[in-house]
Amino acid sequence: MTRTQAAIPTLVALALALTVGVALLLVVGAPPIETFRLLVEGSFGSASKISATLLAWSPLLLASAGLVITFAAGLWNIGVEGQVIMGGIAATWVARTVPGPGWVLLPLMVLAGAVGGLLWAVLAGVLKTHGNVHEIFGGLGLDFVAAGLATYLVIGPWKRAGVASTSGTDIFRPEAWMPELQAFGVGWPVIPVILGLLSVLIVWMLLRGTLFGLRLKAVGSNPYSSFLLGIPTNRYMLGAFAIGGALAGIAGTVQVAAFHHKLVPAISGGYGFLGILVVLLAGFSAVWIAPIALFFVGISVGSTQLDLQLGLDSAFGGVLQGIIVLFVMFGGAWSVRRASNRLTPQEEP
Amino acid sequence: MALEIRDIHKRFGPVRASDGVTFTVDEGSLHGILGENGAGKSTLMKILSGFYEADSGAVVLDGEVLRLRSPADAIDAGIGMLHQDPLVFLPFTVLDNFALGSPGSVRLDRSAAEAELKRVSGELGFEFDPERLVRDLTVGERQQLSITRLLWLGARVLIFDEPTTGISASQRIQLFDTLRTLAAGGMIVLFVSHKLEEVEALCDSVTVIRRGKVVYEAEMPVTSETLVEKMFGNVFVEEERTAVPLGDVMLRIEGATLSEGTTRIEGLDLEVARSEVVGLAGLEGSGQRTLLRACAGLVQPESGSFTVDGVDLTHASYREHLAAGVHYLPAGRLEEGLVQGISIAEHLVLASDEKAFFVDWKAADTRAGAEIDEYSIKGRPSSVAEELSGGNQQRLLLAMIPDEVRLLLLEHPTRGLDVESTAFVWARLLERREHGTATVFASADLDELLNYSDRIIVFFAGSVFAIRNAAEIDGEELGYLIGGKVRT
Amino acid sequence: MEATFNSIIAAAAPLIIATMGETITEKSGVINMSLEGSLRLSAMTAFAIAFWVGNALVGFAAAAAVGAAIAAIIAFSSIRLKLNQIAVGFVLTLLAIELASFLGDSFVGERGPRVPPLPIPFLSDIPFVGKVFFDHDLVVYFSYVAIFATWWYFYRTRPGLNLQGIGERPEAAFARGIPVNMLRFWYTVLGGAMVGIAGAAYSLDVKLGWRETLTLNLGWIALAIVIFGGWHPLRVAFGAYLFGALQVLAFQLQNVFPGVAQVLPIAPFPLMILALVFVYSDWFRRIGDRFPKMRNLLGSEAPAAMGTVFERE
Repeated sequence: MTRTQAAIPTLVALALALTVGVALLLVVGAPPIETFRLLVEGSFGSASKISATLLAWSPLLLASAGLVITFAAGLWNIGVEGQVIMGGIAATWVARTVPGPGWVLLPLMVLAGAVGGLLWAVLAGVLKTHGNVHEIFGGLGLDFVAAGLATYLVIGPWKRAGVASTSGTDIFRPEAWMPELQAFGVGWPVIPVILGLLSVLIVWMLLRGTLFGLRLKAVGSNPYSSFLLGIPTNRYMLGAFAIGGALAGIAGTVQVAAFHHKLVPAISGGYGFLGILVVLLAGFSAVWIAPIALFFVGISVGSTQLDLQLGLDSAFGGVLQGIIVLFVMFGGAWSVRRASNRLTPQEEP
Repeated sequence: MALEIRDIHKRFGPVRASDGVTFTVDEGSLHGILGENGAGKSTLMKILSGFYEADSGAVVLDGEVLRLRSPADAIDAGIGMLHQDPLVFLPFTVLDNFALGSPGSVRLDRSAAEAELKRVSGELGFEFDPERLVRDLTVGERQQLSITRLLWLGARVLIFDEPTTGISASQRIQLFDTLRTLAAGGMIVLFVSHKLEEVEALCDSVTVIRRGKVVYEAEMPVTSETLVEKMFGNVFVEEERTAVPLGDVMLRIEGATLSEGTTRIEGLDLEVARSEVVGLAGLEGSGQRTLLRACAGLVQPESGSFTVDGVDLTHASYREHLAAGVHYLPAGRLEEGLVQGISIAEHLVLASDEKAFFVDWKAADTRAGAEIDEYSIKGRPSSVAEELSGGNQQRLLLAMIPDEVRLLLLEHPTRGLDVESTAFVWARLLERREHGTATVFASADLDELLNYSDRIIVFFAGSVFAIRNAAEIDGEELGYLIGGKVRT
Repeated sequence: MEATFNSIIAAAAPLIIATMGETITEKSGVINMSLEGSLRLSAMTAFAIAFWVGNALVGFAAAAAVGAAIAAIIAFSSIRLKLNQIAVGFVLTLLAIELASFLGDSFVGERGPRVPPLPIPFLSDIPFVGKVFFDHDLVVYFSYVAIFATWWYFYRTRPGLNLQGIGERPEAAFARGIPVNMLRFWYTVLGGAMVGIAGAAYSLDVKLGWRETLTLNLGWIALAIVIFGGWHPLRVAFGAYLFGALQVLAFQLQNVFPGVAQVLPIAPFPLMILALVFVYSDWFRRIGDRFPKMRNLLGSEAPAAMGTVFERE
């Protein structure tokens, strides 16, 4: 099958997903063309909107890159949301306790975020390798524990002076804000974008160019063959959790240091789960993560406009993302089935 | 009543598993179906029991052409099959296993089912505790339960697929008595086996299948010579055996008791010399695989000791065995040997002792190119494992064996390969003798065992049945030994 | 005291219905991971339809249809397309959550019909027991029926035994003439319909009205309760009541310690992890071995073929 032929089911799936999206808009009585125009304009329509989209792109890139690693090792790291949150909490802790100028503080916050996410991920990993608790349930449970911890900190020990409210902690002092580059009249989130792209590059390199990545892929594809080849499989799984968690944790740092400038209960922004959609759509490969993540945050950021302009619930963006992934998965399965039917007609029952 | 099988054809891709099979079995007959591994016995039986649909041909019972599109059809027609690994539900009780899938009212009347179980099993002389878990039954008892169930459901034709695998000697005697009783009661019993001795002891008539075709039909008794010849074709030994002088002891096993699943080997003593090639013969599941896996450190011995080149590896882990120069090549090339989605070049990197963090892909590709040439692998360095044919997968596995190996353990090294690939694989393996590598391999192919071994160890029912110098025996004698008989 | 137990029974009812549905699905060998989304979308649908029609029962029927439809997608994509059940279930979870928010936006804050209370005559007059168990509405009584019917079906009927067979060893069930994939499809749909009914119970009975946080995280909890319950209807029900008690306790503690109220809803999750570690521990397994008569109740092994695809070779 040539590359163009392989793309056909994907394109058909995208077209179908779009059709379903339009149908949904018609059901609720919204104008489809206007809606899609607002989606694009809301995410890429002006310098400040592009900047906002890029700022949202960065944590999604970080989380998705981490997920590529855990998926490569054959793991369902549903705990990614919790890892983002723990990264945010750890970074907030540094911002609140460590004195000093930004060039000391910010690297420490990134490091703390990485460690926070890493520990949370390895915990899910140990529950799997030593407690027989499937990573989906261990991870999910830890997601909610992390969310609870964030809420507790925001309304408890780290509450704003005088008021206990879920709107967040005190704003960080300016040294703990990731600096922006001023151009075209707006600030650009250069550091987060660099961190995001760097993470994709590192993951791509790890899987493409290193022995570690190669062994990880082997463990993910066939743990038993890998064991016979002499690879310590449990250690590699925990390693994948560690890297995935660290990158998710840095996503949490970006959320607190570049976007909210404080800790809020919903600090993860849902980028962990959205990252899973991105990686599923990218077919588990690092190469396609960046454009797909940009496409997805574009939808997410743009859809906030729908509420303001059309009174349409912003969840439309999420609906569109979900339908796209579902249809592309169906398209892929359908083409695989067709291909295998063609090759071995006799083996079909 | 008679069972007629008329011109059954079944293809899997290019393989003709059944190629015009025709024969008839009469009522009250105990009929043997003989053939070596892969001859097409299983496919035929799966067609009879509704698992596969035949491409063409007919199954006729009592003059009526049966439509067998699913096991449900076969059961309705009165054909019951006992699978080699009894298809029971391990965590369920005996009673639930008995009742599962049986017709009747929605409400399950367990006491009625228990009475039926008692009645039918009593007629057969079996005894069950209905509340016991099937997990705790022996393979023989699981078989008895399955027989009871099939008879209760009204089976008139019973197919036994290699039923003596994994059961004890006394259970075998009981099973044979049961089969004789069933046949005497007017049933049709098909006994599928590749064990000569059993077919000779049990059956009234026999059909021999080779390469998907019926090659021989006869009423028993028939001489063993005839059956061996029909099963295996003409066994020939090539004369070009190059002798390499054997060295001192490389592998020493003393008093080893091994147990894995239903296989058990007791008190095994074995010495393999440097440069020696030892072939393990025997029916599938007779203990060869367990021995190989124990030598590799994948099965821990219950007692006894394993020494390789003077180093005690008795309770060493698999990775310690690897480090000591023991290399194991399992039978499942794509399940246990290679990794799907990983290329030839990547496999060679995984197998090498290169420990650099960054992989030098240019060098890896060059090396892969060289190995592809050296081992005549049809593929590119970037070809992934599942794209390769079986023969090329095996060549890749050969290329992945490290240079410094003291003990090489191979499971069916040439299974499914054509003649050319087989010769190639062995040429490469035999080269290693010159560096002192000792080789132990399991095979079901008599030619392979005779051509390439120095000594052949024949397993039968979990113990070493015979040890022979390969140069001193022929295919016929080996066939006897594998069937558990000594030629007199 | 009576009132507390009464509210525990009521609070657990939808969870009971959902977990019984998922237990049936998983026993047949399919994992419906989409519970969190299914519950939400069906709760929203139930409210919207009931609001339009003005009839709660129609709302329940619509919700059952939504749950069944999502389950059918999972079953189809697994059995026919051979897609990973977890991946499809996860995507459907997110999709259904967003769809519920999107379509339900205009119903937030509306008041719709509700399930009328229906104390059972005579039985509800029994001291204590009557008040706790028989002074409820149809949803709660349905949850009793669901527990009993699932238990009875699994362990006292022939099709129920076959159902366990297809989730344990499909090739063996197939060899006995059982149409494995067809049954798996319909059991998945049935389980999904029950999840849908549970969703409707939230918006039309337990909490009245639709908002996004209505069933927050209960779908994930339901999945964990099925594991905790070892796929045995009675133990699963026990887990659901335990969780119901925790919810009621949290609600009552809220008045005493307002500060911890935000955190208490999280408490089940570390408990869930600990519970899973516990039921998989050697210690618990040994207890199970000691009481062979109760092995169904005390065992923690998943149906062996759960999450796999069956093909007739």
